[in-house]
Amino acid sequence: MSLAFYIALAGILFSIGAVTVVVRKSVIISLLGVELMLNSASLVFITFSRVLGDYSGQVMAFFVMIVAAAEVVVGLSIVVAIFKSRATTDLDQNVALRK
Amino acid sequence: MNSMLAAVAAVLPASDAWVGPVATQEATGPAAFASLLFVVPLAVAAFLLLGGNRTNKWGHWVAVAASWFSFALGVAILIQMMGLPASDRRFTQTLFTWIPAGDFQVDFGLLVDPLSMTFVMLVTLVGSLILVYSVGYMEHDPARRRFFAYLVLFIASMLVLVLANNYTAMFLGWEGVGLSSYLLIGFWNQVPSNASAANKAFIMNRIGDVGFLIAMMAMVAAFNSTTFDEVNAGVAGASQGTATVIGIFLLVAACAKSAQFPLQAWLGDAMAGPTPVSALIHAATMVTAGVYLIVRSGTIFIYAPIAMACVAVVGLITLILGALIGSFKDDIKKALAASTMSQLGYMMLGAGLGPIGWAFAIFHLLTHGFFKSLLFLGAGSVMHGMNDQVNMRRFGGLRKFMVVTWITFMMGWLAILGVPPFSGYWSKDHIIEAAFSTSTFAGADAPWAAWVFGSVAVLGAAMTAFYMSRMFFMTFSGKARWTSDVDGGAVHPHESKPIMTVPMIILAVFAVGLGGVLSINDVFTTWLTPAIGPVDHAEPVLSAIWIQIITLVLVLIAAAFAWVKFGKEAVPKAAPYGNAFSRAARNDFYQDEINEVIAVAPTTAAVEGVTAVDRYGIDGGINGLGRLSVWTGKVIAWTETGYLRSYAGYMLGGVVVIVAIVLGFRL
Repeated sequence: MSLAFYIALAGILFSIGAVTVVVRKSVIISLLGVELMLNSASLVFITFSRVLGDYSGQVMAFFVMIVAAAEVVVGLSIVVAIFKSRATTDLDQNVALRK
Repeated sequence: MNSMLAAVAAVLPASDAWVGPVATQEATGPAAFASLLFVVPLAVAAFLLLGGNRTNKWGHWVAVAASWFSFALGVAILIQMMGLPASDRRFTQTLFTWIPAGDFQVDFGLLVDPLSMTFVMLVTLVGSLILVYSVGYMEHDPARRRFFAYLVLFIASMLVLVLANNYTAMFLGWEGVGLSSYLLIGFWNQVPSNASAANKAFIMNRIGDVGFLIAMMAMVAAFNSTTFDEVNAGVAGASQGTATVIGIFLLVAACAKSAQFPLQAWLGDAMAGPTPVSALIHAATMVTAGVYLIVRSGTIFIYAPIAMACVAVVGLITLILGALIGSFKDDIKKALAASTMSQLGYMMLGAGLGPIGWAFAIFHLLTHGFFKSLLFLGAGSVMHGMNDQVNMRRFGGLRKFMVVTWITFMMGWLAILGVPPFSGYWSKDHIIEAAFSTSTFAGADAPWAAWVFGSVAVLGAAMTAFYMSRMFFMTFSGKARWTSDVDGGAVHPHESKPIMTVPMIILAVFAVGLGGVLSINDVFTTWLTPAIGPVDHAEPVLSAIWIQIITLVLVLIAAAFAWVKFGKEAVPKAAPYGNAFSRAARNDFYQDEINEVIAVAPTTAAVEGVTAVDRYGIDGGINGLGRLSVWTGKVIAWTETGYLRSYAGYMLGGVVVIVAIVLGFRL
């Protein structure tokens, strides 16, 4: 298996995640996109860890998972709070930054 | 060239015939109190202006007393000076250090010499008489106190001007008289035209003031001093260019102050002020300051023959110009103003002839001061009896109603005509003779100069006779052409009160006798010698007796012509349309229009240009910067949508771009 396949897969995953974040209106889906991007980054870490025989890359992947779990907790609770006050999770309805 | 050198030698201290201008001594006796001459009037002016309405009732008498005090002190100094030998008649006194600026220092010093004393006597005597006259003339004016405050302020300034021993202190007085003149021309500033006449005088005088300042700067640059003594000493060793620059700019200053061509336009309008002001400031004293300046700076002009020639030419032009304007004016005061201009032209001519003319310029200035102020006071008296009308075409036949005014005016008229033995004859005749004795022009031998200068001076005398006789006959002779109820209100001419006529009578005595008395044994020119050097006698190209005969005959012919035209024949009540020339003269040869075109319009255009550059260039640039940031802000704000997704998109885009750049450089 060539290194390039892993990198390409990670790139594809990252792109899907990024496009999801930018394109989809639902907050939940956006968070999912973010998760996808994090996982693509983890994939790259692990790939290089295996290729270089250095475990610190895998350690980094664990960190990413933990941070992602924490992020999901915080993010989802914000989403719940927004939903409580605005009755919607549509990103385009939440434009308090400008109006 | 030889006579040039002789002229130079005559004013230099090396000449052993007399002790030159350098020999001065510390003031003693009455002369030590010379500063009181102007301090007292100045204090009174301040007192009256600060005292306010409380001094309304008696304030004018304080002013009169201050003026007579200055006169009395002047007489005391004069007597002291007469008792001394000629070589000792030059006092200086340093009052205080005025401008201490390192190497350059200006002391406020006084110079009491025969020339300044001549002016002190003229200013204080004529001034005091006019102040007395004004008590009557301004009797019903609610602002009489202010009027007197300004008048004594004028007297104080004029005395500073003539007593200063350096150009800087002289400039203080120079500005002071300009200020008083401005305040008094616009005294009745409730009438807009009076206020603008005051502005006109003030602004035109600024041109001269700039000339004065530039001349002083040149003095400081060249000699590091502005005292007369040091400048005179310095100019002897300086280049002719330096002397010429100083001389030309002093002439500019003199032209503005003395209403000489081409800065003459303000004097006619200055008649907007009360008549005593016209008599004192715009006839007898202030306007002669220019002549004083030229004569006082005589040494500079000796070393600057080109500037000297300019003085003479300016005098000649103004002499004729004033006479022509005077011949066609119907406003009695404006005609007198034109006459003043013309007579000042005579003095300038005398001052521009060099040592052969200085003493006579000052002599004419002195006699003119008396007879012209008399004529103005006479005009004021006429106006007083005629409801303040000034149009001579609506006067006529007044001699029966104003006997004292008529007789005193006649004395002034005969004096200005130069009829022997009246004052004007003695002074004007000498200037004409001196003009006929000119042998150089701008430093070169010029045999033609005597004929040109002389004939113009004689022609001027004839024209003077014409316009003054015209004025005299139109006002006092012929049939009454007074206004009635239908055209301007009925008039009831009457003689003025003694408080006005007595000063006129005293001035008339001087107008009759002063010239003759001061000519006995050339007492006046001898008296001036310690200040301006001896008169450089030169032979006129025409013998003196012929000059006198020709002048007198022309004067009589001109006067007779005026009598036929304006005394015997009926004078039309309205000015005839006239030919192009008379219309031009009546309009002051379109001096205002010319000034408008050559000075005002370009200045206005320049101001408009600068304003446009400021508005569209500088302001435009600044506003443009402002608009640019607003526009940039708008564009940037447009990207700030508030949508989370677009921010995420920007971030993503940014990361992609940065990665692309990084990879691009790597690869």
